Amino acid sequence: MLLSNLPALQVVIPLVSAPVCLLLRNPRHAWACALIISWLVLAMALLLLQQVYTLGTISYAIGAWATPWGIEYRIDMAGALMILIIATVGAVMMPYAWRSIQHELHKKHTGVYYTCYLLCLTGLLGIVVTGDAFNLFVFLEISSLSSYVLISLGPTRRALTAAYQYLVMGTIGATFILIGIGLLYMMTGTLNMLDISQRLPEVADTRTIRVAFAFVTVGVSIKLALFPLHIWLPNAYTFAPSVVSAFMAATATKVGVYVLLRFFFTLFGLQFSFNAMHVGEILMLLAVAALLIASLVAIFQDNVKRMLAYSSVAQIGYIILGISLATTAGVSAGMLHLFNHAMIKGALFMAMGCIFLRLGSVEIHNMHGLARQMPWTMAAFVAGGLSLIGLPLTAGFISKWYLVNAALTDGYWPLAVLILVSSLLALIYIWRVVEAAYFHAPGAAMHRVREAPASMLIPTWLLIGVNLYVGLDAGLITNIAQQGAASLIGQALQ
Amino acid sequence: MTVLACVALPLLAPALITALQRRPNPREAVTLLTSGCLLLLVYSLHDDVLQGARPAIDLLEPLPGLTIGFEVEPLGMLFALLASFLWMVTSVYSIGYLRSHHEWRQTSFYSYFAVAIGSTMGIAFAGNLFTLFIFYELLTLSTYPLVTHAGNDAAREGGRMYLGYLLGTSVMLLLLALIWTWSLTGTLDFRSGGILEGAVTPGIAGMLLILFVFGIGKAAVMPFHLWLPAAMVAPTPVSALLHAVAVVKAGVFTLLKVAIYIFGIDYLAEIPATEWLMYVAAATILLAAIVALRQDNLKLRLAWSTISHLSYVVLGALLATPLGIVGGGMHIVMHAFAKITLFFCAGAILVATHKTRISEMDGLGRRMPLTMAAFLVASLSIIGLPPLGGFWSKWFLALGTLDAQQQVMFFVLLIGSILNVVYLLPISMRAFFGREAAHPASAAQEAPPACVAALVLTATACVLLFFFPEPVYRLLQLLL
Repeated sequence: MLLSNLPALQVVIPLVSAPVCLLLRNPRHAWACALIISWLVLAMALLLLQQVYTLGTISYAIGAWATPWGIEYRIDMAGALMILIIATVGAVMMPYAWRSIQHELHKKHTGVYYTCYLLCLTGLLGIVVTGDAFNLFVFLEISSLSSYVLISLGPTRRALTAAYQYLVMGTIGATFILIGIGLLYMMTGTLNMLDISQRLPEVADTRTIRVAFAFVTVGVSIKLALFPLHIWLPNAYTFAPSVVSAFMAATATKVGVYVLLRFFFTLFGLQFSFNAMHVGEILMLLAVAALLIASLVAIFQDNVKRMLAYSSVAQIGYIILGISLATTAGVSAGMLHLFNHAMIKGALFMAMGCIFLRLGSVEIHNMHGLARQMPWTMAAFVAGGLSLIGLPLTAGFISKWYLVNAALTDGYWPLAVLILVSSLLALIYIWRVVEAAYFHAPGAAMHRVREAPASMLIPTWLLIGVNLYVGLDAGLITNIAQQGAASLIGQALQ
Repeated sequence: MTVLACVALPLLAPALITALQRRPNPREAVTLLTSGCLLLLVYSLHDDVLQGARPAIDLLEPLPGLTIGFEVEPLGMLFALLASFLWMVTSVYSIGYLRSHHEWRQTSFYSYFAVAIGSTMGIAFAGNLFTLFIFYELLTLSTYPLVTHAGNDAAREGGRMYLGYLLGTSVMLLLLALIWTWSLTGTLDFRSGGILEGAVTPGIAGMLLILFVFGIGKAAVMPFHLWLPAAMVAPTPVSALLHAVAVVKAGVFTLLKVAIYIFGIDYLAEIPATEWLMYVAAATILLAAIVALRQDNLKLRLAWSTISHLSYVVLGALLATPLGIVGGGMHIVMHAFAKITLFFCAGAILVATHKTRISEMDGLGRRMPLTMAAFLVASLSIIGLPPLGGFWSKWFLALGTLDAQQQVMFFVLLIGSILNVVYLLPISMRAFFGREAAHPASAAQEAPPACVAALVLTATACVLLFFFPEPVYRLLQLLL
């Protein structure tokens, strides 16, 4: 009974418990509530993954209304992987959040924080599970609105302008998506994604559908911060509370990519998106621009959080590059990097949170000699950085390998070269931090800095551990990614 | 199992070294003991390999079809023996050097040193190109803290060059070559006769060869050679073992392995790009030797000489004849013994007199007779004169050039040797015949006994290798 309702519970439980956090006046209780819920979500995510792994795609009718009329929840392998990413990051982040939030937020805001966090989790999970286009929009708004609030809670006043900027951009994106979905509804008369995809071919050759495709593509691209629509992201990640940066970097943009995948492959279909609309070429160009330009910009940042934000834009470029190839190999490489990058960037932002807690700054020029005071934090940063660069025995290497291989198999050898050039750029920006922390003489105030508390170090190292494990044994995760890509592209795996 | 132990032992030693960080004597005992055990372990595999056995073990499979595994073959055996023996000698030397130099962070020095040797063992015994690549990168990363040991601005600059060149070439070119080879052939195993023949066109094979030759930045083929002089900011024992033996020889070793087991020497000879690359190697030999001439800093002169000599091995591989391969393999060994002696001497001079410049070394031979005698012996071996080991490698390389009908290369070798004479012998001549400054800054004596013992040992080995080159030759013959 309970197991068969998992798809609904996955979304409903964080949704109903969100207001509870607001009612609990004691911050500790609110935190405990959010902690329990996020672990529960992880448990459900694992159960769901196991169900999908053994039984195949799950379809679930909300309120037992039959599908074209009611809302359908639909989870395939790609969805299960996304849910796992979101739930893992959420669960790991919660023990970490306690000290960090206590330090960065005013006491009266902590309740709001945990409420919005759970709402954001609800939204992200909802986007993934739903099989209904309008429902997807609703969840997208839930996650976006709550993340505007989360970002605005940042410790400096600039968080407010960053949140406002994101609000404007995000609303434009959401409106575009809504227009696109409206046009689709107009032409097909249904909101169920599968239904749309079945009825679409008859009307595909109309201007309305092409316009709908364009609106959706641009709208989702804003959400996932595809270059050059990424301008909201660096500010948002820089000025948000550390936990929020880590959580959003690991999940929010990834879900954006997932939405793009859904629209391209499930709704519009491979034929229409890539052969009729030629979106592959456009995406490839933008992805290459992202991974070169954003990496270059990252090199010149002094604020490490901003540097990591630009690096995120570049890494999203990698993911989109894989997708733009529109082959099983390419899409599965993209999805693999989706997972790996979530783990890498989550860990790196968490390390920055540790540093902010103790140092009160994440600027490179303040980090001189930090490695001696915070050896474990800096070691985590170096390990995560090596994974970002893509050295062997790390997760980043695995995704790079698949990505380059996919590009070479399709004969795009210049792409392969560009991918590797960009990883060299990553080496440069990561090493600037390493040199500052390990080689520069410590400043006067440095001796007062202590190592971060275990409650923050252990979650950070957990994500690093996942990175190293995937680097050693990527069999399971590549298998999931390949199945996910195969189910999206709709062809059996070889 | 022994294979695994050879790689794991030095990789695990740092745990013990760090645990004993407050007690220097037991700490150094751990290093010495580990290196002794390692040498015995490696040697215990030797007889089996000579008889044709290929001990192998597979550990993990990170990606389907790509395993991390080890397999001992003759070239790897030779390289492992060389590195483990010289690690032991260098350990003795480092103890004398670091203590009399009062270096800081000695614990981390010994730890990273052990990890670097472990990585070298991994490279030597790698069962496929993927495993080799992993340990190749690990070697770069584990030697970075050693190069930047001094922790000052110069070290940071040098370290930046070191990391930039080595990681840059390996990620940009070598990794690309790896993935490309994999996507073309579906395997990265080392097979005698190569894996590429029949799978690719000669044009693509040429592209791959270019990627490999330049991508293996540790082989320091121009224009990717500048990291080697930059790495000379490291303490002398690091320069001695890592930048005369382990790191640079790992580069040319990888290149030989690629030539023999990925391309196969017969196929290599058919690729048009091979000849073109041979001229790059020849240019490196000559240009680096000319630059070496102009260096006044002793370590820098030796570094440029190393660049020049690495390309001898590269040339040997590219000749793609049995004699060339034997010559290249021999040069790995002969040059290692001679160059490590030279670096030991440079370090001993630094410890005893604090002198780094050749122009200040007039008359040093009278104060440090043993050191400077060893220096002379090693110089002669580098030049390739009998009765020293260096003679054999140049002999085989020269035969190889004639065998491959590359007369130009034969003359390159000759001119190279003359340049060796010009940049190495004046140092000994100054030391023995030069007039010392009227007021010597310090009444210098020989370096600490541990240092002198090590350099006398390696200098003696240079002589012995002339009379007994057979063990080396027998291993190399198995390759063909």
